[in-house]
Amino acid sequence: MVKLPITYRLSLIADRGSSFVPCQLQIRDLWVELEGFRLRHINLDVAAGEYLVILGPTGTGKTVLLEAIAGLHRPSQGRILINGADVTGLPPEQRGIGFVYQDYALFPHLNAAENIAFGLRMRGAARRTVEERVAAIARLLGIEHLLRRMPETLSGGEAQRVALARALVVEPRLLLLDEPLSALDLETRQGLQRELKRIHWQLGTTAIHVTHDFEEAVALGDRVAVFKEEPAGEAGREGGIVQVGTPEEIFRRPASEFVARFVGGRNLFRGRVVRQAGETFVRLAEGLGIAAVTGLEGEVSLLIRPEDIVLSSTPLLSSARNCFRGRVVEVADGGAVLYVTVEVPPRFTALITRRSWEDLALEQGREVYLAFKASAVHLF
Amino acid sequence: MKTLFANRMHISFAILALLLLLFIAWPLLRTVTASGPALLWQTILDEEVRRAIGLTFYASFIATAIAFLCGVPLAYLLARADFPGRRLVEGLVDLPIVVPHSAAGIALLMVFGRQTFLGQAFGLFGVRFVSALPGIVIAMLFVSLPFLVNAAREGFEAVDPRLERVSRTLGGSPWRTFWGVSFPLAWRSILSGAILMWARGLSEFGAVIILAYHPMVTPVLLYERFESFGLRYAQPVAALVILICLAVFIILRLIGGRKERAR
Repeated sequence: MVKLPITYRLSLIADRGSSFVPCQLQIRDLWVELEGFRLRHINLDVAAGEYLVILGPTGTGKTVLLEAIAGLHRPSQGRILINGADVTGLPPEQRGIGFVYQDYALFPHLNAAENIAFGLRMRGAARRTVEERVAAIARLLGIEHLLRRMPETLSGGEAQRVALARALVVEPRLLLLDEPLSALDLETRQGLQRELKRIHWQLGTTAIHVTHDFEEAVALGDRVAVFKEEPAGEAGREGGIVQVGTPEEIFRRPASEFVARFVGGRNLFRGRVVRQAGETFVRLAEGLGIAAVTGLEGEVSLLIRPEDIVLSSTPLLSSARNCFRGRVVEVADGGAVLYVTVEVPPRFTALITRRSWEDLALEQGREVYLAFKASAVHLF
Repeated sequence: MKTLFANRMHISFAILALLLLLFIAWPLLRTVTASGPALLWQTILDEEVRRAIGLTFYASFIATAIAFLCGVPLAYLLARADFPGRRLVEGLVDLPIVVPHSAAGIALLMVFGRQTFLGQAFGLFGVRFVSALPGIVIAMLFVSLPFLVNAAREGFEAVDPRLERVSRTLGGSPWRTFWGVSFPLAWRSILSGAILMWARGLSEFGAVIILAYHPMVTPVLLYERFESFGLRYAQPVAALVILICLAVFIILRLIGGRKERAR
């Protein structure tokens, strides 16, 4: 995908006077105290035009952080700076920060076009300008046919596009996305994920995206900030950022056991796409060739969900499957399920039920076969 | 959905319920049907009756308007803001429901009576409460404001606070967010609360009669006709009042029904 020249980006918004200039964000020693939850000592730098993903287990803390950046919670300490200017004391309406919630939060009494126009109206834009810009952003997001519809008649993916358009049409200096894909089904999620990536490329907006999904973080984030939430005595719960880095760094060099547990043990590899005899393989650095289905070429990242890997004591012979022999090096107990790490090399982690663990009579050091479908290999 | 007569228990319950429903419907129906159209028409032509009905509608409307002006902000604060003594305020709003209405009338007289500070202060501007329209208005306001405030509060509580937050991030000030998001979304609840309050105000007797026997509102007129002339003379007025209230009530239910469909 090609980054569009700035003049074209502006014409997308159809307002020659506007400036869609991405901004940098700095958070310094930020504390937010709410009833039952505390945001602990947040320090974060987001570069202009960067796509930062905040990754953490399901919980309320990540939303609180985004809401604090947007000015919806007053911090008890610390400062928030946009392009170096202190905005800590500014009310949300003066910050120019767009917000997209997980369940869209569309205004139910307004149709899609009115929802999108809301921010422009609040700024007292002229009717002509409103119409032009709503049309332009609808074109960008491919939702022109939905403009007359009421929110309750929209599907999840459609509603989220409208919510995105509503946030983008006012040209926010910073876009905050709170689990924007989590409420969607898999197919819609992947489609919208690609869309987010494209829009970020085209507009170059600085974005902070919250998710609990590691795959989503890897696919979208220039950098990833890992968020941890834990009980904190009388204060209830508290949360903070424990590591920031590129997805690769987070994955390869987790700073703590928590990060390692949360992102580690999952099967993220880098490799090179090779096509031979009508088959597509990804050749890993370790030499292993993994059958995959992809249109990508060259260097790629690949991810295999632990639950897509099947373990067996004998080789599973099937053309659709990758099958490798390895040795069990680690077993992590997850209650009803177990995470089994198998050294091939590289190391794969498979998720199996306690029952199949017992059926297979597995133990550390035992030889085992692992198999997964070519279609279970996610490439990006 | 199960049918009404799914089993024996349902049938027993239906019979018991029917007794209660008859208890409500029968006397009302009896009153309305006891007087023929001619008698009803004669009642409508009775100037005293018409004046009382007009006064009642008007006074209750003013009471509702005052409650709207101050009660909607109160309802919003109760739904959104967290402050010490919130539960106390909620209790205070509900208090008029449990206080006997004649006691409410006495209480108002203690503050707005001729010899009181407030009564004399308003008197300077020519506003008199005892035996006058303002007295009727404050009596109706006092006893029926919980209906509007509670309905409006529930309406605001049903508005997702995140919608207001989104509005703020889109550049809406707290005022514009209220008028652009919170108020339109809570409007149906507020309106049905206002109609309920107005209808409740129409039927107020206890508090009104203590502050203002004259000018006569409909319930007081009804009482006076019954006391002075007996059941036969009070009955057509009662029939007329019941019919009017029924009409108002049906309109209210229609508005309520639309609200549910809109969701």
